[in-house]
This record gives sequence, structure tokens and C-alpha cells, in this order.
Amino acid sequence: MFARLPDPADLRDVVDVVVDGAPVAARAGDTVAAALLAAGVAHCRTTPVGGAPRAPFCMMGVCFDCLVTIDGIGSQQACLVAIAPGMRIDRQRGARAIDGTAGPG
Amino acid sequence: MTTRHVDVAVIGGGLVGAAIAFGLRAPGKRLAVLDEGDVAWRASRGNFGLIWVQGKGQGLPAYGTWTQRSARAWPALAEALRKNTGVDVALQQRGGLHVCLSAEELDARAAKMSALLAQPGFERYAIEVLDRAGVVARLPGVGPNVVGGTWSELDGDCNPLRLLRALHAAIAAAGGEIITGAAIDVIEPRAHGFVLRSARGIVECETLVLAAGLGNARVAPMVGLVAPVVPNKGHIIVTERVAPFLSMPLETIRQTDEGTVMIGDSQQARGFDDTLELPVLAVLADRAAQVFPQLRGVRVNRTWAALRVMSPDGFPIYAQSTRHPGAFLATCHSGVTLAAAHAYHLAPAIAAGTLPPEFLPFAAERFDVRAAA
Repeated sequence: MFARLPDPADLRDVVDVVVDGAPVAARAGDTVAAALLAAGVAHCRTTPVGGAPRAPFCMMGVCFDCLVTIDGIGSQQACLVAIAPGMRIDRQRGARAIDGTAGPG
Repeated sequence: MTTRHVDVAVIGGGLVGAAIAFGLRAPGKRLAVLDEGDVAWRASRGNFGLIWVQGKGQGLPAYGTWTQRSARAWPALAEALRKNTGVDVALQQRGGLHVCLSAEELDARAAKMSALLAQPGFERYAIEVLDRAGVVARLPGVGPNVVGGTWSELDGDCNPLRLLRALHAAIAAAGGEIITGAAIDVIEPRAHGFVLRSARGIVECETLVLAAGLGNARVAPMVGLVAPVVPNKGHIIVTERVAPFLSMPLETIRQTDEGTVMIGDSQQARGFDDTLELPVLAVLADRAAQVFPQLRGVRVNRTWAALRVMSPDGFPIYAQSTRHPGAFLATCHSGVTLAAAHAYHLAPAIAAGTLPPEFLPFAAERFDVRAAA
């Protein structure tokens, strides 16, 4: 659905992260949400009540639709977190658990 | 100006008015609910959602009985609303806990509960005093500062916003009309009935129910009644949704069916001021985090304050006008807990035309005694 614009001037380093256990090559400076969209991830979470799929929408910290689990901590706003080498990103199913983990899904 | 002719008019479209109107609906009966609109002090949209029995009725055993009757009638109400509207109000009645954070708190709570149950004429039920192990057995995640608590199997909760919506939908489905923006200018008693003048026109009715919350103080004297109610401010904190971790409500913390955690129970006399006070929120948050330390890592989504409708002694007022017997008044601060009693016990009495003696303890004359003394 999304592709990076061809930009010969983009000299940013590739940053390797893990999404749902699979390796993904992001770019330095990407937010987690941008990296997920560029990698073709169609949705990043399901809603706690209806179980409907949700993807990053506003990309500026307002809509809370891009919640994901990052390094084991649930309900992180993917659009507000910059990727880091080796980051473990998991799509979130339903609500996070109270102890911060991803929850039962 | 339009004029509507109805059999029964209810002033107040909140939980009290809507529950009574729900109970009054009957085939062929013309019913109107006049609601002030979103400018009203909406206790029904700011409340906590508990169906709470434990601890109520100190000083008025009849209130303990009334509350228990409502709790017992609640499953029928939830089922009737589901059947009539398809709305699930998320009723849970698996008991509720009051937790204590110090030995002194626990001692005081236990003494208060035994004094409550020891009152002559009090309809007794089990309130269990739990030590820390007893609380942990029911709520494994509680923090180290929890020393114990009290538990009653009669307590529960529901989704109060869906309750209000379901009541309105059921009233409309039965042909009742809910008129919003209808703040009452004046009520004119007539020989057989009442004329209500509002911004939305004129309503003529035979039977009138005043359920206007804090607004009852103003409208009650228009039909020879009194409602000395004042605002009591409560703050609420609501968190993001988390996976279910709380199997039953606490008096101050509950998890909604949709996963958010509500934290509340502050009480302040601040007049008609519902602005937020950070120190109050801080106390609520701190106590909640002592009860469930893991809440410290959970985001707060919203905070608000709303105004309870409080009578001088905290108990409901149910009354029928002596001068204008077609006029009834109902007010309380537990519109959720008492919704079933209002629908299934109070409404039929109003429909029959007379409040039976069981309502006498709730008459507003009880406040005159103190004034005269």
C-alpha cells in the first residue's frame, strides 16, 4: 500500500528491526509507524472491544490507532517512537495487560 | 408554541427520570420526558457506574432495604433493556470490595459495618471483613499497602452510559416522547393536572414526576414540594483500556466491560463548580496505585468532575404533593444502583396514584424536624 519515494539523496542508514518475529529493514529516523507502513504491514493492532484492525492514521500522536508492543511494552504509539537497531515490534491484539506486557491477545 | 397533552410527564431525562419513565410505560399511556439538555448538570453522564449496597443505610434502615431491593431487581432490568433495545448494559453482580490501606482504616470500616448491620429494623446481609490474605485471595494483584477490606456479594456494576441510552431507547420504543432543551420555566397546577411551560412548548399532564436532579430544588416548590438538594462534587480518572484484571468492582476502582479503569469516589461540597482540582486527582491516583501498583504504568485518558445530587442526610427523597396529589418527586445520588427500584417499585406506585407507607421514611418532612428542634 505504501512505498518510499525514490530519493537518490536519501543516504540514511538501514536499521534492522524485528516485526512480529520477522526481520524488517527500516531507515534511520523512521518512526515505528513509518517503518511498519513502508514494510507493507497492513494493520498494527486490533481494537480491544470489537477486534477491528487498525493502522497508523494521524501519524502525529493524536489518534492512538497505531498502538503496538515495543520491546515487550504494550500500547506504545508507533508514530511517536523512533526506531532503534534491534527493536522488537509486535502488532498488538486487543488491550495491553495492566503489567505493561502485550496482554493475552 | 406547541401544546402536548400527555398522561404522565417526567421532568428530568437523567437516570432517575428515565428509570421511572421506563417503569411507567404502558400500552396506550401517553408519556413525555422533559429534559433540560446538555446544559444540565449531568450526574447521569459523569457517574461511576457502581451498583452498590455495602455500607448503605446507616441512620435509615429503610434505605438499606430499598437499596437491596433494587440490587435484587437489577437482573430483570438489564434483561428487559436488552430485550427491548438490544443494548447490553454490562451488568455484573459478583460482589464488591472496599479495601483499606491501614490497620486504623480497616478497624474503622469493620466497626462501621457492624454498627450498620446492628441497627434495629435493618435488613441484614453478609458483609465479610477480610484480612490481607482474604483480599489477596479475591484480588491477587493488590499492593503491599493493602491490609484488608470488606466484601459483600450484593455489590456490582454496569455501564452507566449504556444504561441511560437503553432507558431512553426503551421509552421511545414504547411511544414515549423525550423532549430535549425543555428547561422548565413554570409549572401551573390545575384542578386535574398540570401545565408545564418550557422553551420547547407547553405540556399538559395529569400526573407529574419531578426527577430533575439538582434542578428539583427550583421546580419542587411550584407544586407544593421541597427538595433541599445541593451539589456534591466527585472526581473521576479514566485510564486507557487494559486487558481484564479486575474481576469485581472496588468502591473506588472498577474496570469497565470495555477495559478502561475508572478511579473515583472523592466527595466535596463546592457548590456548582465542576472544575478539576489536581490535588484531588493526585490523591485518587495515589490511593489507586497503592491498591494496584501496576496502575502506575497505565496511561490516564480522561479526568472529569461531576456533581452528585445530595440531600441534607444523603438519603433519597420520594414524595407526593399533599396540595397537588398528582405530583411526585424523586431524587437521590445513586441513580444507577436504584434504577431497578425506581423502574419496578417506585413507578408502579406512582402509576397507582399513591405512594404506599414504605416510602414514608423518604419524605422530605424528615428535614423539618431538625429545623424545628
